[in-house]
Amino acid sequence: MTSARRISGQGADETVDSDAAFEKFRQCAVEVLQVPEEKVTKEARFADDLDADSLDLVELVMALEESFDITVEETELENIETVGQAFDLIASKL
Amino acid sequence: MPGYHAPMAILAGKRILVTGVLTEESLAFGVARLAIEEGAEVVLTGAGRGLRLTERVARRLPSTPEVLEADVTVPDQLQAAASRLGQHWDRLDGLLHAIAYAPPEALGRGMFGAGWDQVSTALHVSTYSLKALVEHFGPLLEAAGRAGGASVVGLDFDATVAWPVYDWMGVAKAGLESLARYLARDLGPKGIRVNLVAAGPVRTVAAKSIPGFGTFEQTWKERAPLGWDVHDTTAVAKACVALFSDWFPMTTGELLHVDGGAHALGA
Repeated sequence: MTSARRISGQGADETVDSDAAFEKFRQCAVEVLQVPEEKVTKEARFADDLDADSLDLVELVMALEESFDITVEETELENIETVGQAFDLIASKL
Repeated sequence: MPGYHAPMAILAGKRILVTGVLTEESLAFGVARLAIEEGAEVVLTGAGRGLRLTERVARRLPSTPEVLEADVTVPDQLQAAASRLGQHWDRLDGLLHAIAYAPPEALGRGMFGAGWDQVSTALHVSTYSLKALVEHFGPLLEAAGRAGGASVVGLDFDATVAWPVYDWMGVAKAGLESLARYLARDLGPKGIRVNLVAAGPVRTVAAKSIPGFGTFEQTWKERAPLGWDVHDTTAVAKACVALFSDWFPMTTGELLHVDGGAHALGA
């Protein structure tokens, strides 16, 4: 896996990378949670908007770990409620 | 795989069916991983909503086992799984029962919080399932019994006392402890051993669904003479693998505590 992290001054690249990463994130969510793509927005709440329970989230995290080739610790998931929060966590590891 | 010392592997040549693998934190995942490292061939079962998780996490084991669908409350599924397993295994040397479920009403709301509908579900999935599994995989276990011995191991949480919040799951585990003794009685003559491992609290998906799980963690921290790590499945996995091995040939109907010694102390 190549790192998507960029040194400062390459903000344009970062935006493109971030968009691509979110698209990949979204595909994982669509596949695992079986929700329409347009519902997976950064504001969407897993429980209320995507009808995802704890097992769904465990599976989603596993899919994201595989897709992005990263590791997510269980404690990092505490207090994560929205798609945006989860994506920021993933993005911080790229 | 590098790092495995095959000549010393204590499960070399053993064929073991492992239920209850949901995530990498699952006790059953630890058992499956160590069993493979110790030379066993392993097949997993999964059920219902958890099946996809089991299939996904299976790929994170040292070698990827086949996953059979087997909901313990659906006899047809158990039979189909046993038939499928029988197509490539002529015997089953080991079977891990790592299955428990109670509806939310039956956990953490006191004994009067649940009715028979919920309680019966808890007992069906968590207690009777041991008999159902052993029954459907019986012919394969008996074949191993004739060939030198088969070992059934179940995961337990010590049910000799009443715990906070554990409620009907505690009753289900008490039933499991009793059932294991009766199965040991009935299956001993066929060369099949039945033992339980009473584990200390480990932070698994199952544990996280228990409201007030932190109470257990605190109790163990204060009480276990050897200490206790709620994130580590290794000790439990080692005990299960030992019970699957040829090193407990005359042990059945036993409840083995792997809890840092907490059970031995009153306070």
